[in-house]
Amino acid sequence: MTALGKLFRSTTFQLSLVYLTVFALFAAFLLGYFAWNTRRLFTEQINATVEAEVNGLEEQYRQGGIRRLVQVIESRSKQPGSNLYLATTAAGEGLAGNVGFLPTGTLEKSGWSETEYRRLDEPAGPHLALIRVFQLPGGFRVLVGRDLEDREKVHNIVISAGRWSVALVVVLGLAGGLFVTRRVLRRVDAMTETTRTIVEGDLSRRLFVAGTGDELDRLAENLNAMLERIEALMKGLQEVSDNIAHDLKTPLTRLRNRAEEALRSANDETGYRAALERTIEESDALIRTFDALLMIARAESGHAREDIADFDAADVARGIAELYEPLAEEKGLALNVEAPGEILMRGKRELVSQALSNLVDNAIKYAVPDDAHGEITVSAQTEGERVLLAVADNGPGIPEADRARAVERFVRLERSRSQSGSGLGLSLASAVAHLHGGELLLSDNHPGLKAVIALPRGGPVQKRDDGQEVPGGRPSA
Amino acid sequence: MRLLIVEDDREAADYLIKAFREVGHMAEHAADGDDGLALAEDGRYDVLVVDRMLPKRDGLSMISTLRSQGVETPALILSALGQVDDRIKGLRAGGDDYLPKPYSFAELLARVEVLARRRGGKSEETTYRVADLELDRMSREVRRGKDKILLQPREFRLLEYLMKHAGQVVTRTMLLENVWDYHFDPQTNVIDVHISRLRSKIDKGFSQPLLHTVRGAGYMVRDSTR
Repeated sequence: MTALGKLFRSTTFQLSLVYLTVFALFAAFLLGYFAWNTRRLFTEQINATVEAEVNGLEEQYRQGGIRRLVQVIESRSKQPGSNLYLATTAAGEGLAGNVGFLPTGTLEKSGWSETEYRRLDEPAGPHLALIRVFQLPGGFRVLVGRDLEDREKVHNIVISAGRWSVALVVVLGLAGGLFVTRRVLRRVDAMTETTRTIVEGDLSRRLFVAGTGDELDRLAENLNAMLERIEALMKGLQEVSDNIAHDLKTPLTRLRNRAEEALRSANDETGYRAALERTIEESDALIRTFDALLMIARAESGHAREDIADFDAADVARGIAELYEPLAEEKGLALNVEAPGEILMRGKRELVSQALSNLVDNAIKYAVPDDAHGEITVSAQTEGERVLLAVADNGPGIPEADRARAVERFVRLERSRSQSGSGLGLSLASAVAHLHGGELLLSDNHPGLKAVIALPRGGPVQKRDDGQEVPGGRPSA
Repeated sequence: MRLLIVEDDREAADYLIKAFREVGHMAEHAADGDDGLALAEDGRYDVLVVDRMLPKRDGLSMISTLRSQGVETPALILSALGQVDDRIKGLRAGGDDYLPKPYSFAELLARVEVLARRRGGKSEETTYRVADLELDRMSREVRRGKDKILLQPREFRLLEYLMKHAGQVVTRTMLLENVWDYHFDPQTNVIDVHISRLRSKIDKGFSQPLLHTVRGAGYMVRDSTR
């Protein structure tokens, strides 16, 4: 498509053309109407003047006969700028008047007509006149008329003004249309260019926002917000697939190696059985990792926001503590609960329980063995409009520099590489907190780690269609 | 026990049929939702094992159609979708239990046996007895022989569930779901510790153990002399 073709096919230009046509037609109509009306007005005035003359002349004739009429016509004809007069006998012989030439037969018809004439005192070219011919008793014919030159002049001025204004509308309209279209086209072209590079894979590019706040700017802003989200999702996806590649392939390789090893070296049933059992164990661990990953992905995408209900956060804390208490005791750790009463909040009880259980599981896992004073405290409390579910231990803790990284998927800090587990516990807790519109906070417990899931009591904030954020509503007490 | 396995993957279905036959159950196969519906309509099976995603008619629709026809055969849904929400949807459609894929056969077998036995209506009984162990659901008292055993509320519910299904294998997940009402995986096997606590209360000091560990599957309360 040529540049000009593109220009002509653009919506803006076509819109300009439509407006142009409408305005040109309007201008033409307006001036046409004006021209027609002025012409009518002139004609009416002339009619009235001629009518009055005719009445006057008839009166003169009645009073003084043909002589008086001829006298009056003679004197009136001589006045400058006078009307047209002509009186003849029945035979067509001129008696008086200032008309020198008339098309033949004009005087034969009585009544109104428009005709060409020439004045006696002004022989130049025929003019147009509106005349009335009437017959007097005795066969005399009288013509009274008025020159139409003024009317025609005005008419011509109006018509030419009409032509000019239509031409002006067309020229200005076309120029304006082209100007606006080119401006819009330039911006749209820039947008198209940018989107093309984005489509080709450069997700970091953003559309240009001119800052005028017009509809193109709004569109660009919305598209940019969309790109932002897509980029974040893509990045997340990229990370997940990298991590999957690493952390799922490693155990899969182990699994495969064991099976091969068993095939090669096991030579009795016990050997095979042991290898198979370990294979099943390994695959169970893989499935667990996979489930946790899916769960995190779902929580992060915000899909799991359906079925949100009221539940008692204090009860969740007590329940999880009760579930883990025997395990802690077996490891020689004291597990305390500080969750009195009832803390109603909106959210997903099951997911919050799972997140909290991951934190407790971690605390138990990383507590220093043989530490006589190992202690874990699970607590639930409110702080303003937030519910804080916390797990505090006095174990080794996480150095401040590592805390942000610890929440990332699959990150197992060096010291904990030897421990079993998918390394997804903290990231799952974090994803659940985000799903509820809250966050996971890691802090120093002097000594040890304090992990807090801070959730808004009203549940996740939901985006309404108009983009305003509204809280999910207070739990019913 | 007569089972109907509705599963479109031929290999998975064959594996299940073979495995169920090995433990003495009769299993038949339907490859899609319409076939499953046609076979199960007369209620001749004890348990239906239904894959959630099936050709022609999906598993949930098949089960809800059966329920609307008054067929109350217990149904277990197998699904690759393992999230809590999916589970709830499955149970709402009329499923009685929900097992995410991949599962162990021991888990499936334990759940299917519990479902089949449920028709017997043991839950109406107020007192469960296994050998000399007695659990009174009304007074919430537990006795072993003449000794009264003091249990924590959760331990009581754990024992209650195990005794309700006495003679049947109960898996760790089943306990977590039914006694604690949690449907997630707690990573470490917390249930084992609860069981060993319970065991120390009801079996310690008695010559005949009643709470058995079934290797690779779960636990069972059983009178081993009978």
